[in-house]
Amino acid sequence: MDKVHIEIDGKKLEAEVGSMIIEVADEADIYIPRFCYHKKLSVAANCRMCMVDVGSLPKAVPACATPVAEGMVIQTQTAKAINAQKSVMEFLLINHPLDCPVCDQGGECELQDLSIGYGADVGRYSESKRVVKDKDLGPLIATDMTRCIHCTRCVRFGQEVVGIREMGATGRGEHMEIGTYIESSIESEVSANIIDLCPVGALTAKPSRYKARAWELRQSSSVAAHDCLGSNVYVHHRRNEIIRVVPKENEAINEVWLSDRDRFSYQALSEGKRLLTPRIKRNGEWHDTDWQTALNKVVAEMKRVIGASKGNDFGMLVGNSVTTEESYLAQKLIRGAGSNNIDFRIRRRDYSGDGSGMVRSGFNFPMEKLDEMDATLLIAADLRHEQPLSAFRVRRSTGFGQVMAINPFDGEYNFRLTHELQPETNLLAQEVAAVVAAADKICPDVLSAEAKEWLASVEFNQTHEKIASNLINSESSCLLSGVYVQEHPQAETINWLIESLALITSSSWGYMTQGCNAAGNKIAGAVPMRSAAGGKSKPGKNARQMITEGMKGYFLLNCEPDVESIWSEQALKNLQKAEYVIALTPFADGRALEYADVMLPIAGCFETSGTYVNVEGKWQSFGAAVAAQGEARPGWKVLRVLGNLFELAGFDYESSQQVINHLREKFDAVGDIRVARKIPSPLTLVDFNEATRESLGLYKVDPMVRRAKALQQTPKASTHHISISRVKT
Amino acid sequence: MTDLNYDQTLHLKNIVPQRAIEEIDLWIKKYPEERKRPPIIAALKVVQEHNGNYLTEETMQAVAEYLDVPDVAVYEVATFYSMFHLDKVGRYVISVCNNISCSLRGADKVIEQLQSRLNIRAGETSDDGLYTIKTVECMAACAGAPMLEVNKTYYENLTEEKIDKILSDIAAMELKRAAVRSTIDDAASIEPSEVKD
Repeated sequence: MDKVHIEIDGKKLEAEVGSMIIEVADEADIYIPRFCYHKKLSVAANCRMCMVDVGSLPKAVPACATPVAEGMVIQTQTAKAINAQKSVMEFLLINHPLDCPVCDQGGECELQDLSIGYGADVGRYSESKRVVKDKDLGPLIATDMTRCIHCTRCVRFGQEVVGIREMGATGRGEHMEIGTYIESSIESEVSANIIDLCPVGALTAKPSRYKARAWELRQSSSVAAHDCLGSNVYVHHRRNEIIRVVPKENEAINEVWLSDRDRFSYQALSEGKRLLTPRIKRNGEWHDTDWQTALNKVVAEMKRVIGASKGNDFGMLVGNSVTTEESYLAQKLIRGAGSNNIDFRIRRRDYSGDGSGMVRSGFNFPMEKLDEMDATLLIAADLRHEQPLSAFRVRRSTGFGQVMAINPFDGEYNFRLTHELQPETNLLAQEVAAVVAAADKICPDVLSAEAKEWLASVEFNQTHEKIASNLINSESSCLLSGVYVQEHPQAETINWLIESLALITSSSWGYMTQGCNAAGNKIAGAVPMRSAAGGKSKPGKNARQMITEGMKGYFLLNCEPDVESIWSEQALKNLQKAEYVIALTPFADGRALEYADVMLPIAGCFETSGTYVNVEGKWQSFGAAVAAQGEARPGWKVLRVLGNLFELAGFDYESSQQVINHLREKFDAVGDIRVARKIPSPLTLVDFNEATRESLGLYKVDPMVRRAKALQQTPKASTHHISISRVKT
Repeated sequence: MTDLNYDQTLHLKNIVPQRAIEEIDLWIKKYPEERKRPPIIAALKVVQEHNGNYLTEETMQAVAEYLDVPDVAVYEVATFYSMFHLDKVGRYVISVCNNISCSLRGADKVIEQLQSRLNIRAGETSDDGLYTIKTVECMAACAGAPMLEVNKTYYENLTEEKIDKILSDIAAMELKRAAVRSTIDDAASIEPSEVKD
């Protein structure tokens, strides 16, 4: 890229040809005021706030829309620049209500900040101001459209980033308003990002409206817990209450965005029904008790049930958002107590691959690379509802690359597909196999003779060939499988097929996983076939066996199998039938009240320190933002004490940091062992009912999300509605 | 399952006649294929003509589907241009420019005169369904300010007398219409037996 040399406020800078003045200034830490410019959006140049003085030009020019040129001398503080900015500010304030004292944005408002620098003390405008009717944008976003300054960031976000344009500028001149198409609410799964984008108080967060002032809040870094990307967030809290959650910039993961699910799930903690003391059920009635009594009872019952069945009739089910520390201690506890029945994969049907593959599951390439793929093949990946932010990246790649899909269910895409195959769910493996066979025909020197024999009888058509050749001919390509693939009755076969296809086409591959910590849970050993860091373990029962076959005792670690599992009805029946059910949960509602015998209050997300390992294998540790409520304690501490009561060795940790360091050392010592997948048994036809996609739906994925009030009121909460997927921009 | 056979054009085809569709297609062809938004204005004009001179939610949605653009993009255009009407309008739509040149040359008075003569406010339609007064943005006739437009005819350099003349011309035309209509009605009411011979 060619460089030019420019000077801003006397600072000599080198800049890429074609970049705008404001970009160069931002990089050099020279502040230029702005409203409509945003680094992730296109240049609109409609607010005119970023006027700067360019030496050779007679008038001030907008820094966001003026490309740099060799020898340009730019001044941001001359009278010419400041006067232009002051005039713009005067215009912007003509119709602005200046109701900062009752505005939620007050204290963190770009308009307020800049009006201090550029606004006049007294307005010269004495005519009447206009008033704009507020729009109803649904339960997440509050509107005060009179405050809007028409920067159109929200409109551009929908059009450019999400790919679904819901907002628009209607009317003209003084009558221009920002709104949706005739009173429709906003339905996208990432809608609330427009709250962050809005430079004024026109769009604010409804759930936290009027709750606190920006300057009263304390900010803690954390990691979002509702999909496998591990988006970085800031938790804003006051007096030990979480007020809101906002994105923390991390270009490699969530960029500057956050999904609505990750943003508003905190409501379950501040407004949900929380379990505040340990409880024991006696004669069908719940009694509050102290920790000592409750823990002693738990240990006694575990010893009784495990002892009576040699560990066979007791098992532990681990929830979706359990931290790595917790699952590491949990598997240590149950293995130490004499049972290997532990699993977090309560939505998996096929366990034939246990013991092969990688220690962790996920991507073999960094997520950022999704942006740059010339060809992407989605396999049963409903990105928008499973990992909403990953869809942004795939969408970006459609600017130059192709995205193809093998999609057995209604997929709502926010990008255009170049090829789409739509098999029935039970024929998913056959369809992937056809692409592999087609690829093998084009590049016959890659697969082993054994694999070729397996593929010999697979038939394929032109579309399969086209997809295969696109992958082969693209410089960078990847295969991305959705959560459903791991729930499919032939998951192991499909995984093998995907990896074979990746091998032939030299593509990267990635498996999306359920929950935020599938990789961490697997590394920690919360699976029946392996202990921590891929260590050896006597085989125990897997989640399906535990749930469908029934057991005398269950240990539920922040897990509600009666809702989350694929066999939810059987789970409920067997939990009710069980002799003793121990539930560690932050919540005091749900069916656990019926089936559990003891409930131990543990800290929810943002209330405990811990580590999540995301789908790419990034270990992200975080501290507690607020303290747990009532008598509740972080899960890892409860498990540590249980380990001590069992008198097991290796439970003397003083902090979660020590726990994770210990696991990390173990993991680093062995590395990410990869056991080659075995060639699966010949492809059979699965029964249609056995392969249904029992999708949990966007806002039902874990106990916390299910209890987040505002999210549950959104149109998307009523699971998936069938609709036609079309991209319109 | 994504319905790949869903026909996005059906909705509009059911609302307007074939020749309207052909006219819209002609406009679509004038722009590069991947540019979906340019034909919105033309399509809305055609559809409005076939929909009693106004647009409804249904017609705007049908246009959006037909052109494969977001609903809101059509709505933006329909609300921006004053030639599009989002409510039922009178047979004579009187659009008065109130932008700077016309304002300086007395657009306020023009509006006032129209309002008092027709007994409706700007933005309203008379009960008999004949007149609608609209205030609009610049129509590029500043040299003849103040100006107004009745349906598709410009009237410039307005004076009180000129406006009276415009209104009485309309009224005269309406009287003629009414006379013609009543003859037709009379003719229709004549018994077939009476027209023998």
